[in-house]
Amino acid sequence: MTLLSYAKAMNRALADALAADPAVCVFGEDVGAGLAGLTLGLQQRFGAERVVDTPLSEQAFTSAGIGAALAGMRPVIELQIPSLLFLVFEQLANQAHKFSLMTGGQARVPLTVVVPGSGSRSGWAGQHSDHPYALFAHVGIKTLVPATPTDAYGLLSSAIADDDPVVLFAPAGALGVREDVTVPLAPVPLGVARTHRPGTDVTVLSVGHLVYQALAVAEELADEVSVEVLDPRTLYPLDRAALLASLGRTGRLVVLDDSNRFAGFAAEALAIAGEEGRLLAPPRRVTRPDGAVLPFALGLDRALQPDAAQLRDAIRAVMK
Amino acid sequence: MSLPHLADRAGRYRAMRLIRSFEELALEWVRSGLIVGGTHPYIGQEAVAVGVCAALTADDQLTSTHRGHGHVLAKGADPGRLLAELAGRVDGLNRGRGGSMHAADFSLGILGANGIVGAGAPIAVGAAWAAQRQGRPRVVASFFGDGALNQGVLLEALNLASIWRAPVLFVCENNGYATTLPAGAAVGGSACGRAEAFGIPAETVDGMDVEAVRAAAQRLAERARAGGGPGFLECLTYRFEAHHTMERRFRLSYRTPQEVAAWRERDPLVSAAAALPPAEVASIDADVSQLLSLAAEFALASAEPDPATADDHLYASGLRPRSGAAL
Repeated sequence: MTLLSYAKAMNRALADALAADPAVCVFGEDVGAGLAGLTLGLQQRFGAERVVDTPLSEQAFTSAGIGAALAGMRPVIELQIPSLLFLVFEQLANQAHKFSLMTGGQARVPLTVVVPGSGSRSGWAGQHSDHPYALFAHVGIKTLVPATPTDAYGLLSSAIADDDPVVLFAPAGALGVREDVTVPLAPVPLGVARTHRPGTDVTVLSVGHLVYQALAVAEELADEVSVEVLDPRTLYPLDRAALLASLGRTGRLVVLDDSNRFAGFAAEALAIAGEEGRLLAPPRRVTRPDGAVLPFALGLDRALQPDAAQLRDAIRAVMK
Repeated sequence: MSLPHLADRAGRYRAMRLIRSFEELALEWVRSGLIVGGTHPYIGQEAVAVGVCAALTADDQLTSTHRGHGHVLAKGADPGRLLAELAGRVDGLNRGRGGSMHAADFSLGILGANGIVGAGAPIAVGAAWAAQRQGRPRVVASFFGDGALNQGVLLEALNLASIWRAPVLFVCENNGYATTLPAGAAVGGSACGRAEAFGIPAETVDGMDVEAVRAAAQRLAERARAGGGPGFLECLTYRFEAHHTMERRFRLSYRTPQEVAAWRERDPLVSAAAALPPAEVASIDADVSQLLSLAAEFALASAEPDPATADDHLYASGLRPRSGAAL
């Protein structure tokens, strides 16, 4: 039995990409030391010329990643804190994402941005605890939230190989997960959902670390209701076919999502279900509140994130 | 080898004449409605684009600005395709998807004009870093105005270029105004002082003198190409026209007519022409006029893009976005 941790899986995906393609390089803060885990040992192995420690200039090194991508490289940018994504929103939304269209297809920007430890890390308060994946999905940037070590490996591999900018959120709540890996690690295509547990009564579409909460509640309620746990893995482009196929089996939907409620990911999932699916009951979502700012105290931090009790209530509500 | 079309004084005058006449034609097309949305005319600043590009090779790259037609033409872009782009036609440089503020020709190393002030500088640093990694003797010129001196990301870019010894030629086109705000009221310290603070050698040059710009750009570009790190060139220049074509409607008074007239006295085309035999100047002017007639014909003959293709090229990987229409 080989136990692979989520953090180690990401590290291995990046190492394999660096070994396979000389165009792959890394920019980020403290990446030489490997402070965030993602790059542990990689500068020693691949050199400081390819795994580049940058000064605290997120906007400039993200843009430099764009420039390097335009010049044929495949840069991976590490941002240690999810809220730094707000700082580089201009670079990602207004530059990287727009280059292909604005140049009439002349340019491509194969840039991967990784946040190892997105969402709440417990006790890091308002400016370190955001989970803004819906914002990037809204903009139209390919947005990934792997839940498991094998998916983290596979999606990071595919992100680096992709010709468009990609933002990958590695939820803090999943970083400690270990998985018994029985098959060789392999790329996971973007835009393909994964069914973690088949069911016939309710589809619980759950994102990132919340997949584990969904699985636990599904097991707990197994005598009462048959829950299908579906993990989109890629939020944009979303595997709508998989969602609609699951709803075709269950006819009921609960979305478990760590983004803010208003115009969040769950809102889009409900809209798709409403427009394109046939539901037997009004759908429900369990999310952060509108405009959430996570307070510091642990009880307050937890109070604004989706929890198991809310999910149980939502599942029972759609079963009524 | 430097760009052949800018190799001698006649070539440089020709490029400046092409930019001037192109911009005058573009103004006409904005007035007549052939160009929708307007442009930021480069008229008056031609010596900067041409002088800097005369120090570049075909393999060198550049990032440009919202006032980018001069840079794009000086590097060698086809005027017919640039004009078609401004008019939103399928044969435009960007297939009608970019327009004036995003004109690009990657085959010529033109990484694009940019609609966000200062945004090109760190992109240039990354491209130059990649050239170093790839072992190419390439320099990346990054044009920006005095307004960009107050964008934080530009200062971050100067620092990154310095610590990486990236082969970037930063070109500050100081035309005296960030739209309407005078540089004297906006820039603490000096442009060159900012570069020097990051350990980057900096020079200020008369941006109305194409030969002076070329000589200084050559020094800094060759130093960068030889591994000496980035350089910074401040070119003192002036835009003779409005900030953008919309401004004409507003009758703004941030510049006195005397100030504009005094700078027009220093027209860079007049001084460049004075160094050539009059017959040669007349012949170049006639050539450029002919070239622009053909460019206009080419642009007008090009079709407007099919609205059904509005999402084409959004993703390099070919991903098709969902339609916004009701199901």
